[in-house]
Amino acid sequence: MRKLALIACAALALVGLAANAAEEAGLRMAPAPDNRLDIASLQRGARDFVNYCLTCHTAKYMRYNRLTDLGLTPAQIKSSLMFASDKIGDTMTVAMREDDAKTWFGNPPPDLSVEARVRGRDWLYNYLLGFYRDDKSATGWNNLVFPNVGMPDVLWQLSGTGKRVEKEFDNEESAEAAAIAVKGLAMVEPTKDHKYTMVSIAPDAPGTMTRAQYEAFVGDIVNYLDYMGEPIRDERIHLGIIVLIFLGVLFALAYALKRDYWKALH
Amino acid sequence: MSKFMTWVDERFPLTALWESQWGKYVAPKNFNFWYFFGSLAAFVLVLQFVTGIWLAMDYKPDAARAFGSVEYIMRDVQWGWLIRYLHSTGASMFFVVVYLHMFRGLIYGSYRKPRELTWLFGCVIYLALMAEAFFGYLLPWGQMSYWGAQVIVNLFSTIPGIGEGLAVWIRGDYTISDVTLNRFFAFHVAALPLVLVALVVMHLMALHETGSNNPDGVEIKKQPKDPKTGLPLDGIYSHPYYTVKDIVGVIGFLIVFSAIVFFLPNMGGFFLESNNFIPANPLKTPQEIAPVWYFTPYYAMLRAVPSFLETQVWGVIVMACAVLIFFALPWLDRAPVKSIRYRGRLYKGFLIAFIFSFLLLGYLGTVPVTVWGQFADVFPFHGADRATVVSRVLTVIYFAFFVLMPWYSVRDKTLPQPDRVRWK
Repeated sequence: MRKLALIACAALALVGLAANAAEEAGLRMAPAPDNRLDIASLQRGARDFVNYCLTCHTAKYMRYNRLTDLGLTPAQIKSSLMFASDKIGDTMTVAMREDDAKTWFGNPPPDLSVEARVRGRDWLYNYLLGFYRDDKSATGWNNLVFPNVGMPDVLWQLSGTGKRVEKEFDNEESAEAAAIAVKGLAMVEPTKDHKYTMVSIAPDAPGTMTRAQYEAFVGDIVNYLDYMGEPIRDERIHLGIIVLIFLGVLFALAYALKRDYWKALH
Repeated sequence: MSKFMTWVDERFPLTALWESQWGKYVAPKNFNFWYFFGSLAAFVLVLQFVTGIWLAMDYKPDAARAFGSVEYIMRDVQWGWLIRYLHSTGASMFFVVVYLHMFRGLIYGSYRKPRELTWLFGCVIYLALMAEAFFGYLLPWGQMSYWGAQVIVNLFSTIPGIGEGLAVWIRGDYTISDVTLNRFFAFHVAALPLVLVALVVMHLMALHETGSNNPDGVEIKKQPKDPKTGLPLDGIYSHPYYTVKDIVGVIGFLIVFSAIVFFLPNMGGFFLESNNFIPANPLKTPQEIAPVWYFTPYYAMLRAVPSFLETQVWGVIVMACAVLIFFALPWLDRAPVKSIRYRGRLYKGFLIAFIFSFLLLGYLGTVPVTVWGQFADVFPFHGADRATVVSRVLTVIYFAFFVLMPWYSVRDKTLPQPDRVRWK
């Protein structure tokens, strides 16, 4: 029995090792700030979301009155967050028609209700920081995380504009080292002549916010998107702790019962 | 009470049924950890039924509304999120439990004479469960639901001659569509649950006819009877002994299960894939279509088999054989002993190789074939993807476990099997 367990563990470990051998692609992302439990950040994120995102994007599975989760009163939600609708039980939709959106952007902007569950926090954070000027694209913008994305950098007045910077290195290690030194979004790509390019974004023109302010601003929006993807998350975790404590007690009782019954057997 | 039971028993054999199936069913007393997974499978089956019924109350099997109705359940239905996570986690945990239950059967030779039918019914349950999971996975109508179903149904179209027509017949359309969703819903909530219940009843009746195997492979029915109890020397009544023991198992399982439901419902993308939160889009094929983890060993085999004679049907045949070969197990094994405890190194070696190949194939099925890069462009690999070559070797190992069993199970040096069970 013990031997078998050992063998099973060894097999699993081998498979794990094999799994670890897989390498991630060359994109290096900055971690999104972890502020899941920060109610003020969530409230700011909700405000910025309805102001900046909820003009083209919908969140059609999210109801306005759900925002009471974030400590907002129905009156506050109505007066400062609802522009497209006047019924608090409505979902977050926009007036833009899907056909129009398709003509304007190529693809209709995706619904953002569960976008955070598709992309994850880090991806969203780096995506929103990943825009740079690109004269060759239809919108005049491009993105390091999502190349040739249809969305323009709608927040550029806040962030200022960025430009793409490429540096060439002879080997992968020095390119990776340079990417780490960026301490933010960077990418290492092999070139045709067996060299490596490190790509990053440098500020070009300043916006109304400083870099730190803008990163916090994006962090709040990502925090809100993450909340909106699964509004029940906090309740789920709280309930889980209670359930596990209950099951732990129940397990002890059931085990005592079993031992008592089995005592007589030899 | 006893008067009432007499009244019932004169009209329906309730007491006799209870006693033959559980109350007076005599089981070996030495069941170990591995014997929890049978009752756990039954428990998860009931859990899936109950949560499934409640999900069906709010789910809409309609291509335009299915995705939204799942989000509606997650957000607006009272406790909907919990019911949904219980059901989605239950689906994966069903396979965890069933795989461990099958593994138990493997190592202790539970499939051997006289339990061949129990094993065969179990194999059919496994097939039905795969079908049930496959139909159910389309229902959330996300990208992985859609394209996963597309890939699986297209497997049928590789069959020469009738393939294309067969695939259209299954889908009810030329692509996966609203029609397909509706019929998969019908299969998932009505047809296959009925089949599963019938099979589980047969599985249990067959088991209770022959009596249970045990970690020593000792047939307790052949033992002399204890003069005091009238039971075989190593036999005990299931009730209350295994009733109280299985309750411990169920609660232990629920602890693991709840930890997943409440803290890790996505299970790192293995139980709920992140791409499945994108609504199905027939015009946009995802870059990587990965099936859910419980199908990935077979998916890895499918991808590893090269096309030959201008058809890709070989991969499908290999995949089908890999599942169906479990049926042959009772007749492939010719060892004089049942349990791994009395088997020799040869069997153990093949078993470890088999488990290893199953797990590693399972991993490889979740990642792109380029995951380990390519071999150099020299003989015999010519720049092939490393993972593909490894998958081919693992597929051969997988089949070797079964195909060579008539040989190695006889050649193996076994220990004599005792007359009495060992307590631990």
